[in-house]
Amino acid sequence: MESRERIAYIVISLLASVAIVSVILIFIFIAKESLPIFFNPEIKKEANFRHFFLTRDWQPIGLEPKYSFLPLIVGTLKVTLVALIVALPLSLGSAIFTAEFAPRKLREIIKPIIELFSAIPSVVLGFFALMTIASWVQSIFHATSRLNAVTAGFALAFAVIPITYTICEDALNTVPRELREASIALGATKWQTTIKVVLPSASGGIFAGVMLGLARAMGETMIVLMVSGNAAQITLSFLDSVRTIPATIAAEMGEVAFGSAHYAVLFLLGLLLFSITFVINYIASTLLERTQKRLRGEK
Amino acid sequence: MKFREKIYVLFTALTAVIVVGLLFFIIFNIVSNGIRVVTWEFISQPPREGMTKGGIFPALYGTLLRTLLMLIFVVPIGVFTAVYLNEYGAGRRFSRWIRLAINNLASIPSIVFGLFGLGFFVLFLRLGAGLLSAALTVGLLTLPLVVVSTEEALKAVPNSYREAGFALGATKWQVIRLIVLPQALPGILTGAILSVGRGMGEVAPLLFTGVAYYLPYLPASIFDQFMDLGYHIYIMTTQSFDVELTRPMQYGSTLVLLALTFSLNIIAILIRSRMRRRRLG
Repeated sequence: MESRERIAYIVISLLASVAIVSVILIFIFIAKESLPIFFNPEIKKEANFRHFFLTRDWQPIGLEPKYSFLPLIVGTLKVTLVALIVALPLSLGSAIFTAEFAPRKLREIIKPIIELFSAIPSVVLGFFALMTIASWVQSIFHATSRLNAVTAGFALAFAVIPITYTICEDALNTVPRELREASIALGATKWQTTIKVVLPSASGGIFAGVMLGLARAMGETMIVLMVSGNAAQITLSFLDSVRTIPATIAAEMGEVAFGSAHYAVLFLLGLLLFSITFVINYIASTLLERTQKRLRGEK
Repeated sequence: MKFREKIYVLFTALTAVIVVGLLFFIIFNIVSNGIRVVTWEFISQPPREGMTKGGIFPALYGTLLRTLLMLIFVVPIGVFTAVYLNEYGAGRRFSRWIRLAINNLASIPSIVFGLFGLGFFVLFLRLGAGLLSAALTVGLLTLPLVVVSTEEALKAVPNSYREAGFALGATKWQVIRLIVLPQALPGILTGAILSVGRGMGEVAPLLFTGVAYYLPYLPASIFDQFMDLGYHIYIMTTQSFDVELTRPMQYGSTLVLLALTFSLNIIAILIRSRMRRRRLG
């Protein structure tokens, strides 16, 4: 009997360690494939940090490949900015409405419906955006190309909304009732209580929701691949076609020769993406944990 | 409430209406354009004449197969990770690390999983680009869903049940196996359904791990390349030689994929809300 207990414990611990091992392996294997950029002299000559950050063209195919990260970074930032501008007011507004003002019955209908948004595969969102949003954006803003940073940003917002909404709503719900009651008892209105008491108490959770929404927007692949136009260029206009980091990896990895400079550069872009989301996620989960502890009255 | 405040509240209500409205509009758009295309022939036939005629059977088959294969890995790992977190490792540092890793897996961009799948499963483990590599890659991505959902269910099992088991002389593993896990079954089921719903629609992790543009035959082993519904949509909308000609097929495929992921998620929501109601009595 004793030994069977031990075996169960060991097997369960091993299965539980899969998640940790996976994250470590993901880091190691993506870093490993990008190592030639640092150590292989031939690849170093073709692609190095001077190219990545001090030139301005991304043209990996051709006699003289050009690997500047700048247009890709600009493109990623553009679509992410548009996505956040669209998604944040909508998700935060909906979260405030369902958590604070909606009657209970209505809340129980609206909340799962908004969360259903996350059940839409990103390729479906991309297709929908291609069919409808792209034409709207073109006719409203008179863009030369249907596929541009605004179109991609709007489509991305659909992927951001369920994440930000869910986390913000949960954060608002963890604010203890006594805080609201105390504020009302002091003569504040429901709206004043929401703005001056509930929102500040939940601010950590709300910020975490925004951060995770940001990470989602930066890392989303299929939507931007389908509707951003995929032109790597540095321009100021949001109505120009853009190419993001994930879309670049997705579009080019299929056709590159293993072990080439281009191959290593794409993995380096993946490493960059992984590192950014790792940091954002770490900050967000620390914030969430701290807010929850504080609201529960632990120090 | 002051008039101005009423306006503010109305404004938050409006944002909720917009979000809900958008969701319904997306569904309406896909359903109204796709419904005429989706027939039994569409589901059961392979694509013909440059994807302008026929159906989506091989793509649907590949998607279902890789998702089922994924379940075989992701359910035991996810469930026992949750068992460890809730039954063995409460408060331990190892548990903190596991949680951090799970949170992380949930936020890593799917294209990064694709790169990892290529570097690790396809090249390093030499599994090749095929169903197995793709299933493993997508499995990692959906692991957090199973863990979170199972853990929630484990937490809901009252401690008195465990204590009753121990009082009768059962060992820890016996309590877990005979009392806790059966009680948590709906939660485990929810997690499995959610992971299928999520895994089905993922395309980015498949791009370098075995998905094929077109195959004249069905995959015969888990190492074979496969077609996939989501990828099929992507290919038809962006790379077919006449995008307008394949438009009805695009809408039809999108409708089928959306119907699959939606119904799975709705089932999961229903199981979960029934669980909650039972718990509250």
